[in-house]
Amino acid sequence: MISFVIRRLVLSVVLLFIISIISFFIVTLTPGSPYPWGELNPKISPEVKANFRKKFHLDRPLHEQYGLIMRDLFSGNLRSIKDDRPVMSRILERLPATVALNLTSIVISLSFGTLLGVFAARYAGTWKDGAGSFIAFLFIALPGFWITYVVVVALVKGFGVPILGTHSYGIEFPNALASGLDTLWHLLLPATILALGGIASQSRYIRASMIESLREDYIRTARSKGLYEDVILLKHALRNSVRPIIAGIGMVLPALIGGAVVIETIFAYPGMGRLGYEAVLERDYPTLVALNFVVAALVLLGNLVSDLLSAAVDPRVRLE
Amino acid sequence: MQGTTVLSSASSAQESPAARVLRRFWSNPIAVGSFVLILFFALTAGITVLLSLTGHDWPYNPNLTNLELKLLPPSSQHWMGTDNLGRDVFSRMLHGASISLTVGLVAVAVSLGIGMVIGAIAGYFGGITDQILMRAVDALLCFPTFFLILTVVALLGPSLLNIVVVIGLVSWTGTARLVRSEFLTLRESEYVKSARVLGQGAFHIITRHILPNAAAPILVTAVLGIPDAILQEAGLSFLGFGVQPPQATWGNIIADGKTYLLDAWWLNLFPGLAIFIASLSFYLAGDALREAAESKS
Repeated sequence: MISFVIRRLVLSVVLLFIISIISFFIVTLTPGSPYPWGELNPKISPEVKANFRKKFHLDRPLHEQYGLIMRDLFSGNLRSIKDDRPVMSRILERLPATVALNLTSIVISLSFGTLLGVFAARYAGTWKDGAGSFIAFLFIALPGFWITYVVVVALVKGFGVPILGTHSYGIEFPNALASGLDTLWHLLLPATILALGGIASQSRYIRASMIESLREDYIRTARSKGLYEDVILLKHALRNSVRPIIAGIGMVLPALIGGAVVIETIFAYPGMGRLGYEAVLERDYPTLVALNFVVAALVLLGNLVSDLLSAAVDPRVRLE
Repeated sequence: MQGTTVLSSASSAQESPAARVLRRFWSNPIAVGSFVLILFFALTAGITVLLSLTGHDWPYNPNLTNLELKLLPPSSQHWMGTDNLGRDVFSRMLHGASISLTVGLVAVAVSLGIGMVIGAIAGYFGGITDQILMRAVDALLCFPTFFLILTVVALLGPSLLNIVVVIGLVSWTGTARLVRSEFLTLRESEYVKSARVLGQGAFHIITRHILPNAAAPILVTAVLGIPDAILQEAGLSFLGFGVQPPQATWGNIIADGKTYLLDAWWLNLFPGLAIFIASLSFYLAGDALREAAESKS
């Protein structure tokens, strides 16, 4: 187990390095003016432009730029073009909201996705299985922003479910519990809509893994013992499908954070996705470098945790 | 189990693998239904483009504004109503279909090209080449695809060409992994070994012997990649970084209509349904194709 952990850690460091290079180059090598105000704006004097280039090391050769930006990023000196605040603190203040949103969404997609997958595997080959697959693809094919509008109009008009921010506006809560419940209430809708794609992909993985498990010898043994089909499904087959469930978390993570750009924008949710959208609108290039890097690093961390969890529950993984 | 496999393979001995996949595909009602829908969208888009190239606008010019007719609900004159500038939504939907299909097909072509080359090189040569390429793939997979696309498209400037190229450049990783794993299996097969013994070059073996045998799973990922690209373009359009106005796309009809959400539902409903149904058809067709290709009978 220890050698497995060490191997995974070394690999992660290598990947982190590649990630830092990619996030640097996608922003710097993209053709176009680096200036947020545009190349030919006559109101900007050459001195201001020169200062800007100096500040973001644009006057240096590319490999030095990379080193300096990464140094600034880690030492907290990389500042946003928009408000001159350290980029890292802008990102970190958005982190809790994004983590809350993504965790809620992962919990929803894992639980409902697993249910749907077990159901489809239970009735594999029948019309119920077909219906399960159909529902899964239905969820993937729904454009998030569109279904949001449809649901929002229905819910706001019908039930008064909150759709903006993390808190009710202008209300003082008597204690932390009430305030926390309010936050959760605000998470409900964006997290559910974000989870739709995850439910679908999770159910597909579970279905495939369950169908494979159900062909195993120990299932035949369990059947011949006369166990109830539900016990066989939930106790014998599903336990052996735990790995795809854990691996599934790693798979949906980047999609969740990426999909959150649109959903967070619509719901005015103060997370990292919306920060990214604002940075894109402002051509805030230090924030874009840092954000791409931090998000990818978070996903890497998520994958690492999911790999270690898989290895903990299934010794076979450690040998791969 | 063993017996039935032998029997069925014997009974279909005359049938080529491609013909078998097609037969299985056509015997699945969901596959046929989704194929018909795809055909419908493709024909609609094709006919609309042909008509507008020859100077005919049916039913209306999609960019003709008429403020006297703004925000009209669906009627016999305007089947899907009009938008805030009085443009006919149905005409804009027809033109949006060609944009969505173009984005889907071209983006997939780009990503398939890159993914196949990288995957083939990694899988065929293995060793350190494989290690380097696959670690790059792993790193790229950590980035949230949509945000990466949004960043690059916004910096490059949104245009149809930039959007399809960027979507393609970002989404080849899945194809590369798949092609690599197919190659890892197939390069150990007898006929590849024989070809190598006969002294055939790597390029010849890859293109003539291995790729044709990996065609089915590659085709499936291609079909499943089309709706991904369509949905990504719609999301970009929605955020204002899609194909730019006045060119109509399904995504930007919704984006333009969001201000009138509670008053003009038709600006939201029809383009959303179109994106949804088109994507769903491609996903279902791709899944049916996968099932047909995997099945042995």
